[in-house]
Amino acid sequence: MTVKLIVRNKEYEVKAGMTIQHALEKIGLSPELYLAVRDGELLTEDEIVNEGETIQLVAVISGGEGG
Amino acid sequence: MKCTICGGKAALKIAHHHLALCKSHYLEWIPEQTERFIKKYRMFTHSDRILVAVSGGKDSLSLWDVLWRLGYQVDGIYINLGIDGGFAYSAQSRSYSEKFAAERGLNLQIISVQESYGQSIPQLAESTYRGKQKPCSVCGVSKRHIMNQAAQAGGYTVLATGHNLDDEVAVLFGNTLEWKLDPLARQGPVLEEAQGLARKVKPFFRFYERETAAYALMRGIPYIYDECPFAEGSKSLYYKQLLNQLEADRPGAKLVFYLDFLKAKQAGAFPQQVFPENGKLQPCPTCGQPTTAGGECAFCRMVGKAQLQS
Repeated sequence: MTVKLIVRNKEYEVKAGMTIQHALEKIGLSPELYLAVRDGELLTEDEIVNEGETIQLVAVISGGEGG
Repeated sequence: MKCTICGGKAALKIAHHHLALCKSHYLEWIPEQTERFIKKYRMFTHSDRILVAVSGGKDSLSLWDVLWRLGYQVDGIYINLGIDGGFAYSAQSRSYSEKFAAERGLNLQIISVQESYGQSIPQLAESTYRGKQKPCSVCGVSKRHIMNQAAQAGGYTVLATGHNLDDEVAVLFGNTLEWKLDPLARQGPVLEEAQGLARKVKPFFRFYERETAAYALMRGIPYIYDECPFAEGSKSLYYKQLLNQLEADRPGAKLVFYLDFLKAKQAGAFPQQVFPENGKLQPCPTCGQPTTAGGECAFCRMVGKAQLQS
């Protein structure tokens, strides 16, 4: 009963049935700093993750001088 | 979560505006808001020739896309910094920029720091005191110099950059912590034209970084995900993380901090020239671009020192 979360080249597993927000918090990531994408579609934080799914997490902040 | 406009499935929640939008309404909202900011802050009009500085990242490519869709006359400039970092950072970011321009039939000017000035950014950073302390500072000085030169040479009336609210708030936070009055007086979404200096604007300055990333993803703009290898451990990333902790507890805190700063500035809290000597611009004897230092500008001094050491 797991869902795969991929952040750059790292993979995490969480239990199915929780929200994106909860899943991010579970693996120690701030929901403010990542966007969740499933099959090319963006997901809001209240979306439930389902058994067998793979969710890509896209980091939104970049450093240096910006642009 | 449902789209506030049509009731369909929302793709992004924008907490500080009490909004949630589906993909199609989000892709309309970003250009509409951008146009509103361009007019509100009198950035430019359709008769201006705009040069947008692109890095291959989400902000600058999204900005170019939006300005192009809004019908502005806009060309791009990509500065090849010569950064590898073990994953061909500059080569990849150049490729994303070229592909973006080619797909839309837009003009992209490419300037290589190494070919134009003999050394890449990592080499310049290695061979100068400024760079050993802060490689991002060498990069910033170089990009500002090259962008301004290209805008002047190409006859562009406006230079646009993809700075977003998180970029701006991180700079504001850093300058406030150290009470750097002169940079505080200069910071803003529009930097007016001065003799030898192009007018600079930041049309995305009111969008959160997650909003520009969401636009690039929803619009299907491929961009470089990987961070610049020099940005790791940078002050700006640290400040952004701190400010996002604040934002998580108080949605809208970043926007209020920045907009209230602009109001305070307008009310005279930061006089334009805190240090009078900084207001006197003179042409650099080497490149001709304006400088406040007297003698060569910071960029020419840096390149000169690096050439002596090589």
